Amino acid sequence: MTAVTVVFAALGVVTLVSAFLVVTSDQIVHAALWLVVTLGAIAGLYILLAAELVAWVQVLIYIGSVVVLLLFALMLTRAPSGPGSATATRNQPLAAVVAGAVTVGLGAVVWAGFGGEVIDEDEIRIGTAERLGDALFRTWVLPFEVLSVVLLAALVGAIVLTRKGAR
Amino acid sequence: MAEVLDVALRCVVVLAAFLVLPLAVGQLEHKTMAHMQSRVGPMYAGGFHGWAQLVADGVKFVQKEAVTPSAADRPVFALAPGVALVPYLVVLFVIPLGPSAVGADLDLGLFFALAVMSIGVLGTLMGGWASANKYSLLGGLRTASQLMSYELPMVLAAVSAAMMAGSLSLVGIAQAWEWSWLLWQLPALVVFVVAGLAELQRPPFDMPIADAELVLGPYTEYGGMRFAMFLLAEYAGIVVLSALTATLFLGGWRGPSSDELGWLWVLLKTMVVAFLVVWFRVAWPRMREDQLNALAWKILVPLALGQLALTTVVVLA
Repeated sequence: MTAVTVVFAALGVVTLVSAFLVVTSDQIVHAALWLVVTLGAIAGLYILLAAELVAWVQVLIYIGSVVVLLLFALMLTRAPSGPGSATATRNQPLAAVVAGAVTVGLGAVVWAGFGGEVIDEDEIRIGTAERLGDALFRTWVLPFEVLSVVLLAALVGAIVLTRKGAR
Repeated sequence: MAEVLDVALRCVVVLAAFLVLPLAVGQLEHKTMAHMQSRVGPMYAGGFHGWAQLVADGVKFVQKEAVTPSAADRPVFALAPGVALVPYLVVLFVIPLGPSAVGADLDLGLFFALAVMSIGVLGTLMGGWASANKYSLLGGLRTASQLMSYELPMVLAAVSAAMMAGSLSLVGIAQAWEWSWLLWQLPALVVFVVAGLAELQRPPFDMPIADAELVLGPYTEYGGMRFAMFLLAEYAGIVVLSALTATLFLGGWRGPSSDELGWLWVLLKTMVVAFLVVWFRVAWPRMREDQLNALAWKILVPLALGQLALTTVVVLA
């Protein structure tokens, strides 16, 4: 067992345990804070996979912005601070089913795509900004542009939501 | 063995900078504010012009009782000051004092610095929420909305410098710096400093702390060492912002006889920007919440986007 394997296993355990705490936590803000740990550990996994840029993007976007947005939304609404604030929904079984289905689906995709792949540690290519930009804007430029439509849809949705009461 | 020693030495230097520079900025703020407002400021502690005032403050903070409100969320409340402080220590590792005098020359140093800096705000949010105090909560809300508005112009302004240099490494950017940048990159420099001030919640962008309305915003319930850590985080934030500004837009270690005196140039430029940060606090009144967001979205973001377009033209031409 190499040092990389040990760190990988440790980060994996941290990710799984904190992710479990996100969904089982009694207080909704604690869930959001455990999410920070989960996302941070995943960023660590990206570094282990030599995907430096993806790791720092993960920190900047997900921890620095998405979780802040989450906390902002929590504070803006009823700001439930007492215990039991995270279990106020009756949709938990449904959520479990959806999460299970997504896990199986994603797992199957990864398994089918990279099942027998062996990473040669001597030939690791570090995921620098240059390499990633090259891949995104040359090889994968069409999927990249198509993905931006998702952002457009979100923007349109936000405008529709905010204008609803203005009429 | 030599390699381990090298790494250890770098860690010690960064740690020393982290412990000394924020205090220097704190003292700078004490004395600058005092003189700008025609008063003497601290004069007695230590004898010579009150140089030991911050040490005395530290001793005072240590002696105070750490009070936790009974309704507070204890673990989050206790953890918040640390979350606010540690990211700035981490960022200092990638800020270069010279071509090779840097804690760690990351290929993505700029991105790393911006990413880690954005974590610090979580500490303020945690404190604001966990205090179980409506003033704290309102302060936390304002912090979050301010951060969301100003993160974008700050990153865009930094990207402009990176595009100009063709590198995301802070060492690479400082190496590529030229005098003409002072002209081409001036809007980006302004946007970066203003947005950075807003991220640090320094006046005139201290709406989240607004002592006339919110007592002390997210820090209301904090006292003793925990409050001192928040205060230290603010000063460390000024150091990091000033050092990043110096590295990105002012050429870092570049200057006369930079081979020997490079580190001095970095420190000097950092302190000049820090002085400006203090000056802004004395010079301008606090901005209202709506003015704050209008400034970010209506002025800074278009300005930063225009700068990006200009940089593209300059780089390609």
